[in-house]
Amino acid sequence: MGLLDKHDNPFDSSNIVITGTDTLINWARLSSLWMMSFGLACCAIEMMAASASHYDIGRFGVIPRPSPRQSDIMLISGTVTLKMASRTKLLYEQMPDPKYIISMGSCSNCGGPYWEHGYHVLKGVDRVIPVDVYVPGCPPRPEALLEGLMKVQEKVRKQSLARTAV
Amino acid sequence: MTNTEIYDKLKGAFGEKIGEWHEQTGSEYMKRMSSYADVTDAGYIRDVCLYLRDEPTLGFDSLLLLSSVDNGDNTLSVVYHLEAREKKQYFALKVTVPADHAVVGSVTDVWSHANWQEREAWDMMGISFQGHPDLRRILLDEDWVGHPLRKDYKYPEFYRGMKVPY
Repeated sequence: MGLLDKHDNPFDSSNIVITGTDTLINWARLSSLWMMSFGLACCAIEMMAASASHYDIGRFGVIPRPSPRQSDIMLISGTVTLKMASRTKLLYEQMPDPKYIISMGSCSNCGGPYWEHGYHVLKGVDRVIPVDVYVPGCPPRPEALLEGLMKVQEKVRKQSLARTAV
Repeated sequence: MTNTEIYDKLKGAFGEKIGEWHEQTGSEYMKRMSSYADVTDAGYIRDVCLYLRDEPTLGFDSLLLLSSVDNGDNTLSVVYHLEAREKKQYFALKVTVPADHAVVGSVTDVWSHANWQEREAWDMMGISFQGHPDLRRILLDEDWVGHPLRKDYKYPEFYRGMKVPY
């Protein structure tokens, strides 16, 4: 981005910013990553803490949405049981592209404490849906979740819609 | 009325159908909550419970907890913890059935809140409750195979195309 030199330009009094399409679109996208309002287990409590005023995930443009149709990111916040796995996959498929997944906590990363005797637990949500960022912890603190969110923002910033559209 | 007096009263009413009295050691709380009477005939449990509820001197109007145990010797047990809320009395009953023919009489028409607890015992331990109005799985999906809290339960390799082991 660069500001035009005011002296040489014909639109003297207006503020004109020049930027690339990718940069502009990505900047808009990463600043309004709407989150699906969706919690699975105790990690959801930390997600709620991150959404509340103290950690205020809203300052990153993350707004909880009640529908997968309006969401850009899905936080898998907690233990994915086998019963929930097919539902999670359905919700993922209902989200419009481009979509991003944050796997939050040990359970959804790899099964967590249920890795051996959890007959009912999916050992990692990446067995059913693709994951962009894994946030370790049991449960991760809100700061860790925010770090994960910023990693997604970094990923969005580097993507190019124009080139992939060809 | 002490628990042994209640037991004697039961024994007087049902005779051979009531087995031994198992007095627990430990604190007063343990003695009160964990001592139990055997019911030898699993089909008779409803009548015993009805008597405990309707006999004016007893008045056990609440089923605190219905739990199931795999004893590991091819027998399963169902434990009933009862409370008489007005008289502040507690009593426990235990029924033991063979694992390959685990059928116990339902107490849903004695205490309606036994309904879901019996469904859970069916889901987890495979104990069939005769006379239950709606004996379906309550936690796992309908197409789940087996009853996972039994000691001889084999973990599935796949469930709906999802790999289960770590």
